[in-house]
Amino acid sequence: MNKTLFAGFICIWLISLHISEADAAGLIDNLYDNYGLEVAGFEELAGGVRLQSDGEEKQISIFDARIRLEATREIGEALLNFKGDLLADGVTETIELQLRELNLIASPLDNMDIKLGRAVFTWGTGDLLFINDTFAKDWQSFFIGRDEEYLKYPGNGIKISFFSDFANLDLIYSPLFEGSRFISGERLSYYNAGAEKIVGRNLQVTTNEPNRWFKDDELHGRLSKNIHGVELALYGYSGFWQEPEGYSGMRKKNYFPKLNVWGGSIRTAILGGIGNVEIGYYDSTENRNSDNPFIRPGEIRWLMGFERELARELTGSVQYYMESIRHYDNYRQTLSLEAPAREKNTGTVTLRLTKLLLDQNLNLSLFIYYSPDRNDGYARPKFSYKLTDNWLIDGGFNLFWGEDDFTFWGQFQKNTNVYAGLRYSF
Amino acid sequence: MTINNCIGNTLMKSNRSILYTLLCLLFLSPVAMASEPDIDEIVNKANLAAYYAGEDGRAEVTMTITDNQKRKRLRQFIILRKDKKDGGEQFFYVYFKKPSDVRKMVFMVHKHLDRDDDRWLYLPALDLVKRIAAADKRTSFVGSNYLYEDVSGRGINEDTHELVKTDDQYYVLKNVPKDPDSVEFSSYTVWIDKKTFLPMKTEYIDKNGQKYRIVEVLETQQIDGHPTVTISKATDLAGGNATTAVFQAIKYDINLKGEIFSERYLRRPPREIRR
Repeated sequence: MNKTLFAGFICIWLISLHISEADAAGLIDNLYDNYGLEVAGFEELAGGVRLQSDGEEKQISIFDARIRLEATREIGEALLNFKGDLLADGVTETIELQLRELNLIASPLDNMDIKLGRAVFTWGTGDLLFINDTFAKDWQSFFIGRDEEYLKYPGNGIKISFFSDFANLDLIYSPLFEGSRFISGERLSYYNAGAEKIVGRNLQVTTNEPNRWFKDDELHGRLSKNIHGVELALYGYSGFWQEPEGYSGMRKKNYFPKLNVWGGSIRTAILGGIGNVEIGYYDSTENRNSDNPFIRPGEIRWLMGFERELARELTGSVQYYMESIRHYDNYRQTLSLEAPAREKNTGTVTLRLTKLLLDQNLNLSLFIYYSPDRNDGYARPKFSYKLTDNWLIDGGFNLFWGEDDFTFWGQFQKNTNVYAGLRYSF
Repeated sequence: MTINNCIGNTLMKSNRSILYTLLCLLFLSPVAMASEPDIDEIVNKANLAAYYAGEDGRAEVTMTITDNQKRKRLRQFIILRKDKKDGGEQFFYVYFKKPSDVRKMVFMVHKHLDRDDDRWLYLPALDLVKRIAAADKRTSFVGSNYLYEDVSGRGINEDTHELVKTDDQYYVLKNVPKDPDSVEFSSYTVWIDKKTFLPMKTEYIDKNGQKYRIVEVLETQQIDGHPTVTISKATDLAGGNATTAVFQAIKYDINLKGEIFSERYLRRPPREIRR
């Protein structure tokens, strides 16, 4: 792009901040009073750099100027939601319009809700670990220090929910699979098995995108019930791996193989805190016997977690998460000798500490992923401080480490970065 | 003492003479009405008046937090409440409107008497229903000078109560925690209005015997037949900051359905928060 355009955007960003708070508040009240339109949003500037050089990527890890606009309006008994971002991305040098939400929520029947359109969807019990939450993620945003909300990537579809004394049923149908925003090399370096080394911008993952409406589709389902505070759920998913876990030799491209997931979860208050257990069977239908080295084999995944308050305004949580490869012998036999093999069972421990200070205006938090089996990990120390009701500053680190270059977290070690941001909410 | 209470008490104490019953019914004199209730009755009535008015209710709350440098922060939310049983389990649904960074968040509580409350927080940006550990109720509610326990009520069995004074206006009760290690105060004194049974002022004494916190009612109104707090203030004497809470658009007995206090309405706010 052109740097002028980017500079121009920054100017608009800065000028818009000069609209006085009173004017903005007046305008927002006016929209609500006259048009029933609830408007809100924020403007944000964020920057960050790698803490070491990475020959494959730029030194700068994040440089965002962002304007967010949200609007909500009642239409009869229904609710229309809009949420969109205008983002000038100084790293990829692009200006992006991101529609995060445009949906209509309604209750056609007393015991039925629908949500139609674009939205973010979440379920499951893991904390930054996902088993039955098979919805799209944006790992790129997560790893460079954008707000945690950007880890969830929106999808298009319809959510239909039925409620009864027996249980509640949610179905989410997306006519066209989009997939997660995975680490492609565009701005974060990764280990490329073909190249047998860490690569980046010059060897980006290219994929064959699903493009057949109503054929390359996804269906998520959940059956849930709350029995006296014990939350039980069963899940099902029919669609694709969210990341390009397959390689097509013919097309010389990565692609998204088919995937079904079946699972369940329990969450309840226990021992003065909250405990949860979740399990899922990842049925990699194009490689059921785990004997195709070009497609990720099926897995059993499970996790257990516990969170409680450790002291006043200090909360701690731990999780143990396990991935077990199905038909592991087949997987090992068909893998080429040079390729780094995964262990049959890979465990990951996570730790979260959150401390609130200064009348809860200062939030200090630490989240760590550590895999003893692979000896790699990822730590996310960060802070955010509310200067006023409108102004917020935040910052933190994304620290990756690993003994080997090819492990899950180890491959990202040259992306270790520090970032800070300033946000004005209105 | 009301007639109903008089009859109720009389029937329960069936060994009392019929004559007494008749006297009570026939000569319900001003003297009888003015007779002082016992301490348990005061505590019970105050609990019901402060937290259980009506079968359910709704209010729009604006909290203004002023710190020791006079900087102000605003919290605006709508609160829905439903009682399962007077003096017993309750449901709370709190929908945040301001400031912008907490807009549309929902905080939900299932209050229990025999075990920890169940609490959930809905984060709309992530569509995440988060379960929250309920351990310490004496932490600040949304960064204000009110505590979670001020919002949902402190269990009346958690303290021993002593009537230290009665004057024309108030019953003055001193309350000492049964489990002193579970709280930051050594005792608190509460002034209960003799007519409405609303706790009008509460002063907290710390472990060194110093008064450090005051929660007081600045304005009450009669709403749908219930004496109701419309403005209150919590002051942290040590820290020098204070929070004023203004309650508006208060309604009682609006027939809130129990299912509002479930995951369904965390993800999709009920129309009751809008009107």
